[in-house]
Amino acid sequence: MGSFFRKLTRSQLAIPLFALLLLVVFNLFRDPEFFSVVIATNNDGNAVLSGNLISILNGASAIAILSIGMTLITSSCKGQDISVAAMAAIAGSVFVSVLRSNEITIPVILLAFLFGCVVSVLFSLFNGVLVAVFKIQPMIATLILFSAGRSIAYWINGGATPTVSSPLLVSIGGFIPGIPIPTPIIIMVVFLVLITLVLKLTNLGLYTQVVGINEGTAHLNGISPVLIKLIAFVISGICVATAGCITVCRIGLINHETLLLDAEMDVILAVAIGGNALSGGKFNIYGSIIGAYIIQALTVTLYAMKVPSAAVKAYKAIVIILIVVVSSPLVKEFVIKLNKKLFRKRAEKDVPVKAS
Amino acid sequence: MKNRKDLLMEKPGKKLREPISNTNLLMTITICTFIGMYLIAMIAWGGGFLNPQQFLDLFNNNAFLIIIACGLTMVMISGGIDISGGGVTALVTMACVVYLEDHGGTVLGSILMSLGIGLFFGLLHGVLVAYLEIQPFIVTLAGMFFARGMVTIVSIAPRTASHEAFLSLKQMRITIPGLGYYGKTGTFIPAQIELGVVIALIIVIAVAITLKWTRFGRNLYAVGGNSHSALTLGINVKRTKFFAYLLAGILSGIAGYVYLLHTGAGDAANATQAEMQAIASNIIGGTLLTGGVGNVIGTLFGMLSLKTITNIVIASGLTKPYYQSITTGLMLCFFILLQSIILAVREKGAIGVLPEWLRPGKKKN
Repeated sequence: MGSFFRKLTRSQLAIPLFALLLLVVFNLFRDPEFFSVVIATNNDGNAVLSGNLISILNGASAIAILSIGMTLITSSCKGQDISVAAMAAIAGSVFVSVLRSNEITIPVILLAFLFGCVVSVLFSLFNGVLVAVFKIQPMIATLILFSAGRSIAYWINGGATPTVSSPLLVSIGGFIPGIPIPTPIIIMVVFLVLITLVLKLTNLGLYTQVVGINEGTAHLNGISPVLIKLIAFVISGICVATAGCITVCRIGLINHETLLLDAEMDVILAVAIGGNALSGGKFNIYGSIIGAYIIQALTVTLYAMKVPSAAVKAYKAIVIILIVVVSSPLVKEFVIKLNKKLFRKRAEKDVPVKAS
Repeated sequence: MKNRKDLLMEKPGKKLREPISNTNLLMTITICTFIGMYLIAMIAWGGGFLNPQQFLDLFNNNAFLIIIACGLTMVMISGGIDISGGGVTALVTMACVVYLEDHGGTVLGSILMSLGIGLFFGLLHGVLVAYLEIQPFIVTLAGMFFARGMVTIVSIAPRTASHEAFLSLKQMRITIPGLGYYGKTGTFIPAQIELGVVIALIIVIAVAITLKWTRFGRNLYAVGGNSHSALTLGINVKRTKFFAYLLAGILSGIAGYVYLLHTGAGDAANATQAEMQAIASNIIGGTLLTGGVGNVIGTLFGMLSLKTITNIVIASGLTKPYYQSITTGLMLCFFILLQSIILAVREKGAIGVLPEWLRPGKKKN
C-alpha cells in the first residue's frame, strides 16, 4: 500500500487527481445532494440518468476527445494547435451540409461523418505540413486557420445557421432509446479505448515521446520526425471531426460562430492541468482527460453556485492559477526538499538503532 | 544571396560589411510589403486610399492595438507569449467608465486606475512566469480569462462615459498641417489624429529605443536567443523576463485607456481577439515566437499591413466579414512561409539549400 501511494504521488496524475478530489469534496460539503444521480424520464419517454455528475461527464466529452489529439500534438511538436475549435466548426458544417442534401438514415450519417473527417484531416494536415516540413512554431502555424477557420465554415454554410433534426441525430447527441447513459459519454469511452489500443499495440506513443524529447536522436534511430508529427495531426483531425459532429448532434444546428467557442483554450488547459509539459516530450493521455473533466466540473460547480455564465471565466482563472502554481517545478522542488528533510530525520533516528 | 556571399569571400582586403541581421531583414520585407501594398491600392482603387484621413484612420482606429503589440513584442523577444492584452484592455475600459460615472472619479484617477490594472496583471504574469517557471501561455491565458470574467463582474451591461472632463479629452484632435482632403461640398477638411495615436507613437519610439540602446533591451534579445548562454554571461534571466511581462501588462493598461479615448464606452466585447491580432502583427513584422528576433518598428508596420489588406478587401467589394478573416489568414500564411524559407536559406549558408550539383565553388583537394 505504501509503495502504491508513493508511486501515485510521484506520477504526473497525482495533482490532477488531487484537484478533482478537492472539487468533489468541496461540492459534497456545499451540497450533499450534488452528486446524486436519479433516473428521470425525458421528453421522448425514455428512462435516463440525470444529475450533475452525468452532466459533467456529458458536457466534457467534446473537450476530452479534443484533448486526446492535442496531447499528441503537444508531445511531438512542442506546441499547441489553437485552431481545433475553428476546424470543428468546418467539420460540423460539412457534416450538416451532407445531411441536409440527403434523407437522414444511418448510412448517410456515417457518410457525412466520414466527409467531415476527411475535410478536418485535410485541414489538420495543412497545419501539420507547416509545422513538420516548414518547421514553423505550431501556435503560429495554426493561427492561420484560427483566424480563417470560422469564416470557411460560414462560407460552407452559405452564411446561415442551418438546422438538422432527426430522431437518429438526437440519439447521437442525447440518448439512444433504452440506454440510460448519454451517447456522447459512450462515444468518448469508445474513442478512448481505441486510442489506448493504438498506443499500446503500436510504438506510436513511444515514438511520439521520442520525437518530442529529442528530434535529432529520433532521426538517428530511424524514426522520421516529420511522419510522427503528421500522424499526430491526422489523429487530431479525426478527434476534431468527432467532437464537432457530437456537438452538432447535441444542439441540432450548426452555428459557425459559437460552435465550441473558446474550446481550444479549454483543451490546452486540460492538457496542461493533466500534468503534461506544454513544451513537449512525455505525455499521459489520461491526465489530459482528467484535466478536461476538472474544467467541466469546475464550470458546473460554478453554475450550481449561481455564478453568471459570463463571470465564470474569472473564477475559473483563479482555480487554474492555483492548480498550475501547485504543480509548478519550484513548488514541487520545495515539497521534495521538505520531504527529504522529514525522511532524513527518520533515517537519522533509524541509524543509531541499527548501529547498536 | 549568392552575390553577397561571394563578395564577402573574394575581397578580404576591403572592410567587410556586416550582413544584415535576421531582425532587420524580416523588418525590411514587412515595410516594403506595406508600402508596395498601399501604393498598389492607391493606383488600383484610388478613392479612399488617396485620402490622407483614411491613412491616418488606420492609426486612429488601431492605436490601442499598436500599444498591445509593442508590449507583446518585448515578451516575444524574451521567448514568451502574452495573450491577455485584449482582456486587460476590455477590463480597463469598463472599470474606468464605471469609476468615472458611478463613483464621481476624476480623469487623473481613471488614468491611474488603468495603469494600476495593467500593473497588477503585469506583476501577476511576471511573478508566475519568471519566478515560478510556469508556462507563459497558461499563465496569460488564465490572466485573459480572469480579465474577461472581471469585466462582466464590474458591469454586465455596456456603459458609455458622459464625464465632461473626460469627453473633452476624448474629443481632442490634433490637426496635421498641410494634409487634408476636399469634402463633398468643396470645403477643405484638414486631416486629424486622436490623442491616442500620439501616445501610441511615443510608446513605439520609447520601446524601440529601449530595445536598441538600453541594457534591458539587449538582455531581452540575449535571454530570448539562448537563455542558458545569457545566464552564463551573467544576465539576470529571471529579472529580465519579469520586467518584460510587467511592461507588457502596463502597456495593456495604457492600451485600455487609449481604447476608451477612442470609443468612450465600456463593453465586455471590447477588443475581442485583439491578442490574436497583436500576435499576427508581430509575426508579420518579423518577430519570432521562438525569441531573440524582432523589432517594434516591424510590429507597427505588420499591424498596418494587416489593416490595409482588410481595407483593400472591403474596397474591392467583398464587404462580408468572412472575406476579411480569410484574407488575413492567407496573408499570415504567406508571411510565415516566407520567413521560414528565408531563415532556412540563411541558416544553411544561402547555398546549402540548393541541391549539391548546383552549388558553386567545388572543393579541389
